[in-house]
Amino acid sequence: MTPDAKTLYPTSTEEASAMLADAAARGLTILPRGGGSRLNWGNPVTACDLIVDTTRMDQVIEHVAGDLVVRVQAGARMGDIAAALAKAGQEIALDVPDDATAGGVIASGLTGPRRLRYGSPRDLLIGVTIVRADGTVARSGGKVVKNVAGYDLGKLFAGSAGTLGLITEATFRLHPLPGARSYVTASYPSSADAARAVADASGSALTASAVELHRGPAPDGPVQVGALLEGSQAGVGSRAADMVALLGSDASASPETPGWWLARKRVPDGGTLIGVTFWVSALESVLGTIAGQAREFSLTPVVNGSAGAGIVHVGLGPSADPEVAARFTGALRARLSHTRGGVGVLTAPEPVRAALGDHGGMTGTVPSLRLMKAVRDQFDPEHRMSPGRLFGQEA
Amino acid sequence: MTAADLTPRMTAVCGAANVITDPLELRTYECDGLTSHRATPALVVLPGTAEEVASVVKACAENGIPFVARGSGTGLSGGAVPHSEGVLIVLSRMREIIEIDPVARRAVLEPGVTNLAVTTAAAPYGLFYAPDPSSQVICSVGGNVAENSGGAHCLKNGFTVHHVTGVEIVTPDGELTWLGDGTGVGAGLDLLGAFTGSEGTLGIVTKIVVKLLPAPQTVHLVLAAYDTLADGGRAVSDIIGAGIVPAAIEMMDALAIEAAEAAVACGYPQGAGAVLLVELDGPASEVEAELTTVRELCEAAGAREIVMADDPAERAGIWKGRKAAFAAVGRLSPSYIVQDGVVPRTALGDVLGRISAMSEETGIRVANVFHAGDGNLHPLVLYNDASESETAAAEELSGKILDACIEYGGSITGEHGVGVDKSRYMPKMFTDEDLDTMQLVRCAFDPAGLCNPGKVFPTPRLCGEVPGPRRDPHPAVASGQAEIF
Repeated sequence: MTPDAKTLYPTSTEEASAMLADAAARGLTILPRGGGSRLNWGNPVTACDLIVDTTRMDQVIEHVAGDLVVRVQAGARMGDIAAALAKAGQEIALDVPDDATAGGVIASGLTGPRRLRYGSPRDLLIGVTIVRADGTVARSGGKVVKNVAGYDLGKLFAGSAGTLGLITEATFRLHPLPGARSYVTASYPSSADAARAVADASGSALTASAVELHRGPAPDGPVQVGALLEGSQAGVGSRAADMVALLGSDASASPETPGWWLARKRVPDGGTLIGVTFWVSALESVLGTIAGQAREFSLTPVVNGSAGAGIVHVGLGPSADPEVAARFTGALRARLSHTRGGVGVLTAPEPVRAALGDHGGMTGTVPSLRLMKAVRDQFDPEHRMSPGRLFGQEA
Repeated sequence: MTAADLTPRMTAVCGAANVITDPLELRTYECDGLTSHRATPALVVLPGTAEEVASVVKACAENGIPFVARGSGTGLSGGAVPHSEGVLIVLSRMREIIEIDPVARRAVLEPGVTNLAVTTAAAPYGLFYAPDPSSQVICSVGGNVAENSGGAHCLKNGFTVHHVTGVEIVTPDGELTWLGDGTGVGAGLDLLGAFTGSEGTLGIVTKIVVKLLPAPQTVHLVLAAYDTLADGGRAVSDIIGAGIVPAAIEMMDALAIEAAEAAVACGYPQGAGAVLLVELDGPASEVEAELTTVRELCEAAGAREIVMADDPAERAGIWKGRKAAFAAVGRLSPSYIVQDGVVPRTALGDVLGRISAMSEETGIRVANVFHAGDGNLHPLVLYNDASESETAAAEELSGKILDACIEYGGSITGEHGVGVDKSRYMPKMFTDEDLDTMQLVRCAFDPAGLCNPGKVFPTPRLCGEVPGPRRDPHPAVASGQAEIF
């Protein structure tokens, strides 16, 4: 990032549009920024003349409880939005940090355990206003949940990491806040047992909102599996009892969040976080491969993730040797290449990124990369929006 | 080069039996489920594999011939209307369920597989495929991906886009590639999300990976009869306000009830002004509690009769009336227009009032069947297609209904798509900049504009410096054997 990058703080879509049009006229590179907590995820930008910070566009524009929708400015903090919605007993059903902004959550595709039931930001986003690299303002979707008029730009911008334009407003569909929660957890000695428990819990008609897994730092240590049940007070009690029966004699239910829940968010600065995605039927092989390669490279990773939704995160501490971390990533990729899914590095310190190599080192092989780049070229032909962020070094 | 000139090449790819050139046979493909838009394709091909689809598309792309994909042809917006100078690519031979992975809860499908066949195949594993458009017996999953199909139960479970985790497509230049890997957790841009619902304008789906959900433990259906739509509407608001998300909330007005009763004798309460159907599904302990609340709220809103059904046969009997409603209305009138507008749920009462007033004012009968839970209206505008003036008046009224939907912050289409039918309404809902920006995606996928041209957008965008095949000089010109005057 250019050290003397100037920061602009638009307060409206119109102001943002004028700023981007001006930047376009001057050929400046731009980094859109919300809460800023994920700027060290993915590839770093290769140039940045201007930071466009959305945090002064922080208003909840419209919350219609009867329609279960909320329209917000992109810089609104998720915690503030949640507080406003909670008054009507509603929520945006994403487990994201309070200080993340709505626009940042969308652009980074941030999710949490409940993606199993509710999906990721793209699944809850029903309308979006964006400003293109040349300052053009465009909307897609709207404020009704059911709507198939035109292409869904919201889906395209979700996870686009600021490479297609600046998100300035978003409309989300809401869900009623659950009256009760229960976490049913159990510990399993082997990858095979844990994989079976994850499949049983996530495939059960008890409709878990999340099925999470945790192992580490001993590569072959026990595996914790937890299922979150949400619903009415009476309903959740009875479902939790059934889930305990399903997960075995060792299982227990509690209203308290297990200590290891979301441990992946606590990867220390300078750590490396690898995302492994898979079909749940391959989970035993995924866990076994991670453990096997950890032993091979003498690493002690923490494995934590939404296993029921087909993703786990493998966290390495800052002390891991960069070369070893990169070779470990490569080994996972090679050994899991026969399964459907992928191995991508979500965040890593510079030495690890360097060891991974530039082109595809972070993401691995991505299908339809040609089409992705074609879309990028259409939206931002000069590659001024977050250059390098998604695809590494760009020509 | 015309489409007909491609016949030998298509025959080599698909086999003579799967290439249709006979003018009479070609005419059988002239429209989809919306019969008011027709065009006879120049050539119809029925490829049997993804590779064949790719070869067919490549042949079209190399020669600048437009092409249109078609599934079962049940679409209601003319999304699969052929191009009169183009090739129609019919995917109905590709109907294999390639794989069901019950542990991963995924199915891998060819595009011609019918929607209901997925649930039928998944049922032995205690799983089902959630999107359930009314045409699910016959409509194809490939078409569902193109249209981002919903159905009565999408209120709770979402649309096709929420259940598709990967597609293999043939790009408009004839390349086979995957969007998403089936895990549902992708890297890079979410092209799968943008592709789903793009109405066949970004490529042709050749394989689909879908999520399967555990079949609900319990399903309960509540039928409540009201004197007026407003009373039923109040019940809907109260149910949503109580924090309940039913699997489906459907409503029909007196005219639709009368038609359904005459057609399938569904046994709905006599003389009701509105019938509300509320389906609850999920874990038994949750559904029991919700059922009590729903019943109380339905009564409090002034229900004159309530019927509860929990066994599958009873439920099917009640659903029969709702599912038969469109066809049944056909008995009331020689012809009708099915609208597909959406309004915010809180504006339902106002917009239904407006429709009723417009109907009285013009003397044109309108039957209302709608997905009340998500504000998706299907007003059926009845008219006699033998009369030009009646047809014009019905079309005008139908357009005004969409105007009202837009005025209240809704949409011109909730699930049927834009197709050829509604592209003219797109500028009422979106600005030129909005439409231009959407078409950037089109330009990335299909710069030559050959893939299902003329759909969705009222005016195609020029995609900049694109050396499309049509811009190349004719080979005869290039070789000096001919000149263009």
